[in-house]
Amino acid sequence: MSLLLIVLLPLLGSLVPLMGSNERRNACATMTAVAPTIALGIALAYMGQVLDGDIPRAAVSWIPALGLELAMRLDGLSLLFVLLILGIGLLIILYTRFYLADGDDMPRFYAFLMLFMTSMLGIVMADNLLLLWVFWELTSLSSFLLIGYWYRQSEARKGARMALTVTGAGGLALLAGLLLIGQIVGSYDMQVVLDSRELIQQDPRYLPALLLVLLGAFTKSAQVPFQFWLPHAMAAPTPVSAFLHSATMVKAGVFLLARMHPALAGSEAWLYLVGLTGLVTLLYGAYFALLKHDLKGILAFSTVSHLGIITLLFGLDSRLAVVAGLFHIVNHACFKAALFMTAGIVDHECGTRDIRKLKGLWRFMPLTTTMAVLAGAAMAGVPLFNGFLSKEMMLAESLQTPLLGGLSWLIPALATVGSLLSVAYSLRLVRNVFFDGPARDLPRTPHEPPRLMLAPVMLLTVICVVVGLLPALTMTALLEAAASAALAGDSPELHLAIWHGVNPALLMSLTALLGGLLLYLQRRHVFAFQRQFRPRDARLLFEMGIQLGVRIAQRAIDSLENGSLQRYMLWLVIAVLCVAGSALTQTSGLQGPLENQPLDGLLIAGAIIAMFAGLATAIMHRRRLISLLMLSIVGLMTSLAFARFSAPDLALTQLAVEVVNMILLMLALFFLPQKTPQESGAPRILRDVLLAAGFGGIVASLNYAVLTRPLESISDFYLENSVPGGGGHNVVNVILVDFRGFDTLGEITVLCIAAIGIYKLLNRLRLFMPSSDADGRPWALDHHPAILGTVAQTILPLALLVSFFIFLRGHNAPGGGFIAGLITAAALLLLYIARGVDWTQQRAPIQFQPIAVAGVGVATLTGVGSFVFGQPFLTSAYGHFHIPLIGDIELATAILFDLGVYLTVVGSTLMMLANLGKMTTRHRPSKNKEQA
Amino acid sequence: MNHLIVMPILVPLIAGLALLLNRDGSATPRRIVGLTATALLVAVCAMLVFQSTDDTIRYYALGDWQPPFGIILVLDRLSAMMVMLTAVLAFGSLLFASAGGDEEGSNFQGLFQLQLMGINGAFLTGDLFNLFVFFEVLLIASYSLLMHGGGKARIHSGFHYVALNLAGSALFLIGVGVLYGALGTLNMADMAARVAELDGDRRVLVEAGALLLLVVFALKAAMLPLYFWLPRAYASAPAPVAALFAIMTKVGVYAIIRVFTLIFGPQAGSLAGLAQPWVWWLALATLALGGVGVLSARDLRTQAAYLIVLSVGTLLAGVGMNSTAANAALLYYLMHTTLVTGGLFLLAETISIQRGKAGARIVRGRAVHQIALLGGLFLLAAMTVAGVPPFSGAIGKALLLQSASPAQQPWLWPILLISSLAAIVALSRTGSTLFWRASSSEKNTDKHEKNPEREQADKGEKPEKGRKEAVSAGPLRIAGLLVLLGASPVLMLFAGPLTEFTHATAEQLADHEAYIQAILVRDSMGDGS
Repeated sequence: MSLLLIVLLPLLGSLVPLMGSNERRNACATMTAVAPTIALGIALAYMGQVLDGDIPRAAVSWIPALGLELAMRLDGLSLLFVLLILGIGLLIILYTRFYLADGDDMPRFYAFLMLFMTSMLGIVMADNLLLLWVFWELTSLSSFLLIGYWYRQSEARKGARMALTVTGAGGLALLAGLLLIGQIVGSYDMQVVLDSRELIQQDPRYLPALLLVLLGAFTKSAQVPFQFWLPHAMAAPTPVSAFLHSATMVKAGVFLLARMHPALAGSEAWLYLVGLTGLVTLLYGAYFALLKHDLKGILAFSTVSHLGIITLLFGLDSRLAVVAGLFHIVNHACFKAALFMTAGIVDHECGTRDIRKLKGLWRFMPLTTTMAVLAGAAMAGVPLFNGFLSKEMMLAESLQTPLLGGLSWLIPALATVGSLLSVAYSLRLVRNVFFDGPARDLPRTPHEPPRLMLAPVMLLTVICVVVGLLPALTMTALLEAAASAALAGDSPELHLAIWHGVNPALLMSLTALLGGLLLYLQRRHVFAFQRQFRPRDARLLFEMGIQLGVRIAQRAIDSLENGSLQRYMLWLVIAVLCVAGSALTQTSGLQGPLENQPLDGLLIAGAIIAMFAGLATAIMHRRRLISLLMLSIVGLMTSLAFARFSAPDLALTQLAVEVVNMILLMLALFFLPQKTPQESGAPRILRDVLLAAGFGGIVASLNYAVLTRPLESISDFYLENSVPGGGGHNVVNVILVDFRGFDTLGEITVLCIAAIGIYKLLNRLRLFMPSSDADGRPWALDHHPAILGTVAQTILPLALLVSFFIFLRGHNAPGGGFIAGLITAAALLLLYIARGVDWTQQRAPIQFQPIAVAGVGVATLTGVGSFVFGQPFLTSAYGHFHIPLIGDIELATAILFDLGVYLTVVGSTLMMLANLGKMTTRHRPSKNKEQA
Repeated sequence: MNHLIVMPILVPLIAGLALLLNRDGSATPRRIVGLTATALLVAVCAMLVFQSTDDTIRYYALGDWQPPFGIILVLDRLSAMMVMLTAVLAFGSLLFASAGGDEEGSNFQGLFQLQLMGINGAFLTGDLFNLFVFFEVLLIASYSLLMHGGGKARIHSGFHYVALNLAGSALFLIGVGVLYGALGTLNMADMAARVAELDGDRRVLVEAGALLLLVVFALKAAMLPLYFWLPRAYASAPAPVAALFAIMTKVGVYAIIRVFTLIFGPQAGSLAGLAQPWVWWLALATLALGGVGVLSARDLRTQAAYLIVLSVGTLLAGVGMNSTAANAALLYYLMHTTLVTGGLFLLAETISIQRGKAGARIVRGRAVHQIALLGGLFLLAAMTVAGVPPFSGAIGKALLLQSASPAQQPWLWPILLISSLAAIVALSRTGSTLFWRASSSEKNTDKHEKNPEREQADKGEKPEKGRKEAVSAGPLRIAGLLVLLGASPVLMLFAGPLTEFTHATAEQLADHEAYIQAILVRDSMGDGS
């Protein structure tokens, strides 16, 4: 379990600094350092066991369905990295304490740093492919936060986004790759995968998996052509650069190469892809490192170059090369971290990082200079320093490779060129900054930094020197353990020594050293040569690319979504035509086994009138009143059709709905602008006619096909059970209030909501009130003709009586709450129209919302009532009662439910009308008066 | 008698009616009623989820009319999960709304409850026509809520929303009519049983009816090319409403899953899985479009709306894959995406209030006051919707990728991963503009000038009076945000048991024989519990 603590402690540790404050910096830094120190202690405690060849593992189940478990391992490779991450991480914490300016938010910095450290530890210790990916993406994200730490600077924000985009994309590729590997192997367990080399490499999915994994590794490790994000990540505070670009972030990529080496390496594809990418990156980085003027820029490109070296080593088909790669990882981490911190000190003390301004600093900061010289020598690969050892191993191994067949000599040659360049830029870095005459025009007068700030640099430099002097003693055990993990077997025997005798590698090293010196002296030629190229700013290009992508996306979306409802409807109709058409074309004929019903004159006449009216509605759409009247004819014909085909309830309902609808529509149309938009052009009309015809044709065909087939349905049950089960002879009504009363409850809720919605909509809306019709004729001044008023008032009690009658008889004969409600509403509507909203409301100040709501409430409570009898919601009961004077009567609870329906219909309809009507009165909402 | 199944409909219905009876008066009692009812709903739904885990399919026969004749509500794992999800989402949104947004127009609290009733009904019903009814309830309620607070943009996009969806309702009726005409029943289990015995000629009719329903559900789910109503409507809706709407597209997705795995399951012969090929290809297109839309957004709300489109594409791709593993994966993803995208709308609103004139537009503007809180929440939200581990989004995405069959992988993987990348790029731009690119000088002057106003606002928030907008997010808003966005880490931590649940759900869905048996084969007067 304590294995998990190595990762969990820093994770918790990322919360610790948030408890600290910016004022008490020492405390904040010390608190932050506690967690990683303990974690380092735990790792060291495991060290003996690991060096003996054990692989401690620990796992906690997380998501079995995904194959993801919280599994950690600590093999040699993990240990090597854990020591680097925690060791250098602690040094960075110390260094940061002195680096951050007073205005910088220290807790935030430490929190992000610890988060990043956690994710790095997670990557190197993950014992599950998907877990590795989880931490992998977390490093991208936490590095985004770290690079963007100084978020007020544009470079920081852009650099951060660029890093996130590139490494994020790589992370997604890696996920795909790891999933493929998992599917090939059938497990995401690291050990299983590493043991399945044969299986993986013989699978046809090996190549895509390899490509995807490499894409992940190369983006993270800034290999060409993905190198461009790294130099721009230098906008981060220097401790971040020192950490991310020496021991961690970028090393995650090469770590992945080492981790997956046992499973993926060895194939030709691997050798070519990894080897050549490494080689190109090595040269590219080294060349540009020579040309940069920014201290951190030089170091950034040098990092790219050194990562190239490591990648190249993993791409060489030799076990010793892998060891050399691991060795170089350690060495590079040490000297690069030291150099970055030195650059930070210089920046801190002098106020600039421009190598053209810096000069002769050794006078001011001798101690720093010493450190820089030593670390620089290590980077250049000068004998007696650690960099020399691994570089010489690299050169020796490059000689062995048969990768390019007859042209294989190119690899050692180019590797030597790379080393030569690296000598040159190291020399330039150290000499130009610290020596090269006295300093002039520095923004600040430098002096030595605080001892504690220099301490991490000293420690790292000492390691560089000690490893360089005593390689066998210091590194053999750790490297052998790491190599046996990366090679899935015993490590090759190591003979780390400074002196191997005169051999080709030594000669190549010497060539590089002398050539580098020469190149440094003649560097102006290189600068002159480079000036012939137009400088490219990757950040600018990247930003332009993103902007371009965004603009293209915007154009695409804008052209697709033009805000036209017609177009959106068009798609809906097209969708219907496609799917329904595709189904209907499969049938041989629409006609089913049933015969057509005989036609008679009445039917034909009715159909013709309905069709005519339907067409006229569309054609006359500019003359609203006529169009509306035509629409009402369609409605009327529909009611007649219902009546003709023995559905009196439906006919009654349709008729009543039609009346109410027309009034509301007329009111609504009144407020529409007088001028309708431009008429559609001929092509559009043709299109719409075709679509409408097609849609109508499809619906008609479906109807015909359904109607000509015998229906075996559940409706027989309703016919049989209406009286015994529902206590009513009108089956339609029993269905509405009993069999499917729940549907009705839903529908009256809809009605009630609609009315409230209309209130809500109109309540704030201030509409233009036209004073004349479309032709400019003013509306009649006599708003409320007396005759209509008298008629309406006379009809009202009559209509109420009729509706009461219809309501009562509903359960046994055509009628019911819905129709009754509509009749009541229609009568009241007439009164409103005849007398106006003001007049009516004065005499009957009724709030309709409570009525509508109460209606739904009555229906609901009727349903709830059945709970008392242990029955499900809406269970009905009925019985015969003898009421004095009236006599025997059959009452069903359904009538209560129907009462709810009645109330809802009346309340909702009048609420809609009253609110629309109110718009024409002085109570209409105005801008000044807003109702809450 | 087990009335629990009907409670997710009755609780919000009764609460909603009580709230609507009187639309005037003080806001506080309304808020108390609304929040209490929603909290009760969460509890009820949690009990339902617990009941469903014994793998019994329960039904509730309304009016005591046994299936296939009466309307039934069905409780299985899927419906339990969906109502639970709705309840949690609603609770978070309502907390947020109760900080003041609910009083910007009339009747918000009551309509909100009725909206919940509609959504829950749609998830629970076992009857196709009843599904139509609940679609109507939720459509009309959502339209009213969309209008809440008024304004030109809302009314404009709201009109598109309601017009398209009413057209969809008409299609729904035609589709149900055709299916009833061919099958003679409306109970979904009964339909499933009858589809198996269809003769060749009616098969075509059933297919046509089913595909019409697919169009309706796809419209609701916002699948390409029927998604057009979504971006503007969601972007202009009041934040808590937009948050609640995160479940609305999922109603469409749910309906597709329910109808096309149950009625057109393997027993349907040549009609089995008739929707999935359409869904698969169009879902991939939707997914790609979502990615483009997210990149194109000029406003955080619009971006969130396109993230919904993206999530719909992802979910429907899972539906199109048509396998138990894919269904299990998509159900996990569904939980995640509903809550987190809902939270994102709330967050957009909170940010926009604090940025003054710049609002939620992705341009340089005034710095937000609560940068640590909002920035942190944004980071969390962005990570999880873009599918960056370790949060729930990444888990859902990985599950879906994993469940694709080898033939589906070459399509799904690149499209899904590239869309994720688009989301990462877009959200990192948005985040860095909103939180990082605030000009420092402006911020400094802000601090001096705004302080008194801020204090005032803080004071103003405590009595919760009127429509005075607090500049800093108060406790209710923060609580709402935490409920929804905090779901992501919770879904991550409990991903093990949750994926187990969704896997069992997917298996229950696949075993449609058991479903039909549970509902149709019964002793004559079982009480349905």
